[in-house]
Amino acid sequence: MKDEGMTTTYTIPVGPIHPALKEPIRLDLKVDGEEIVDVDVIVGQVHRGIEWLGMNRNNPIQNIYLAERVCGICNICHPFAYIMAVEQAAGITPPERAEYIRVIIAEMERIHSHLLWAGIAAHEIGFDSVFYLVWRVREEIMDLIEYVTGNRVTKAMFQIGGVRRDITEEQFPRIRKTLAYYKSIFNQLKTVFLDDRTIRMRTKNVGILKVEDALKLLTVGPTARASGVNKDIRQDQPYAAYADLDIKAITPDMLTGTVVGDVYDRIIVRLLEVKQSIEIIECCLEEMPPGAILAEPKMAKVLNTLKTAEGEGVGRAEAPRGEVIHYVRLEAGRETLATWKIRAPTYVNLMAVPTILKGAQLADVPIVFASIDPCMSCTNRAVVVNRKTSKRASFTNEELHHLCVEKTRRLSNELAR
Amino acid sequence: MEILSPEEIVESFKAALGSSFIDSKIYQREVAVKKNLFQAIWIYVKREAFRQAVEHTCKLQEYPHLSIISSSDLGDSVGLIYHFTIYYGHHLKELSLGLCINLPKEDLKIPTITDMVPGALFTERETQEMMGVEIVGIPDNRRLFLPGDFPQGVYPWRKDEKGPHDLLRVLPGREKK
Repeated sequence: MKDEGMTTTYTIPVGPIHPALKEPIRLDLKVDGEEIVDVDVIVGQVHRGIEWLGMNRNNPIQNIYLAERVCGICNICHPFAYIMAVEQAAGITPPERAEYIRVIIAEMERIHSHLLWAGIAAHEIGFDSVFYLVWRVREEIMDLIEYVTGNRVTKAMFQIGGVRRDITEEQFPRIRKTLAYYKSIFNQLKTVFLDDRTIRMRTKNVGILKVEDALKLLTVGPTARASGVNKDIRQDQPYAAYADLDIKAITPDMLTGTVVGDVYDRIIVRLLEVKQSIEIIECCLEEMPPGAILAEPKMAKVLNTLKTAEGEGVGRAEAPRGEVIHYVRLEAGRETLATWKIRAPTYVNLMAVPTILKGAQLADVPIVFASIDPCMSCTNRAVVVNRKTSKRASFTNEELHHLCVEKTRRLSNELAR
Repeated sequence: MEILSPEEIVESFKAALGSSFIDSKIYQREVAVKKNLFQAIWIYVKREAFRQAVEHTCKLQEYPHLSIISSSDLGDSVGLIYHFTIYYGHHLKELSLGLCINLPKEDLKIPTITDMVPGALFTERETQEMMGVEIVGIPDNRRLFLPGDFPQGVYPWRKDEKGPHDLLRVLPGREKK
């Protein structure tokens, strides 16, 4: 029997490892019945110490590979922002052709990332046939990325003062073929995601983020643009070849005439951005200037310049999820970076999660949370394992191996008896 | 909203902060083929006028975007840079604005700005746990990334005796550095 006038709230921990979340994070949800009244976000479960390594172990060129491994999906925008910061700190200007190649690769990444997200969003609401369809479609761009860079995931395209591989005239037809494929199926994708009744029911007026909240909580990327914030680094403070292109930030009112700021609007923004990326790549292929792709091909020389350089730089890149910023400080005579600070887009977008989830139903948590396209490995960096004081043991490789060997011995002893 | 040039912004900071304004730096670079300008400003202010400087930034741009607070161990002091961006939403007009403050190591304290920029909370919490800078008046004093059992008084980004050197794992067959 329900006691009138008395409400009880329960705290439900979701995560760090939970079937509804693809990456480790903990959400403490305070619920009253099915309704969420408060949310606490607890991060830090996959902290890896990348900044620390860049300041203590690796030299600035080796750091490019570390930056690439900050995130598996955004493995272009992190090195992109990093090299821009280092170039600014050391006064290196990359050749014009390299600026165009950088942009082409970055836009390919955006296409694959948005399609990956679209699949996950469909999966979260239990629409798995769409999930399979979208990921099948995504394979085309993955093949193209492999064709251009030689690898599907970590592409190793960036180098301080340029790029490592050229995109030649002979490769253009193959690139245009994939772009044509996406243009031909774009309307189909649009129908599936924007007109389907199930998707509309689950995403319309769910997980609303108002424009003032988005601005106050410093939200970035498609999450902010879906709330009507006109903000895109490619438009506002364009870097590389974006400075030559006239890019407009995409907001949902371009399609629907209004801004609601719900999950549905976030789908619109990402979908339209796929189309925008195709146009950007086409434009870059047409206008790519000839010339060298590296300011200084001898890496030993670059390393020497960086060792003697003194200065600081900020690199900002518009990743698929929003603004990535790298701050770098170089000290003359120091082999490693003096300071390296990375900020990935999910870091700030997570702050909007409590606002978005408050008032939502428990069953909406997976899709609403997924709608900001959270990327935990980006946000969490730096772990220091303390074996002496740590009671909640963090096991090292050797300890685990030792335990494993012990168990084998124990079992074989039991068998022998 | 009126859009000022970098020089005008520096002048406006000088006028607003008076003797607490220490120095400024304007960075400009031409980008790609059309040679459009990429611009950034660095403003160095005294700690006493830090909140005043943030207030002034809020006057230049309603809801300034704070990207991150970066902190550097400079030996005797810790250098904090608040990386703001203003004038977003305008093609080619956005500016990076770095507010730089130096804190002496014996007095690592800075007031919170979460009342003006609510989204600054995560980065303030991170600066507090990683660099050991006390954020005075922070609404949520918990750690952000570091686990609860991480020892107190050790700050991973510090290069002095408060750094994490004793916690580093020594691989089998290697010697401690």
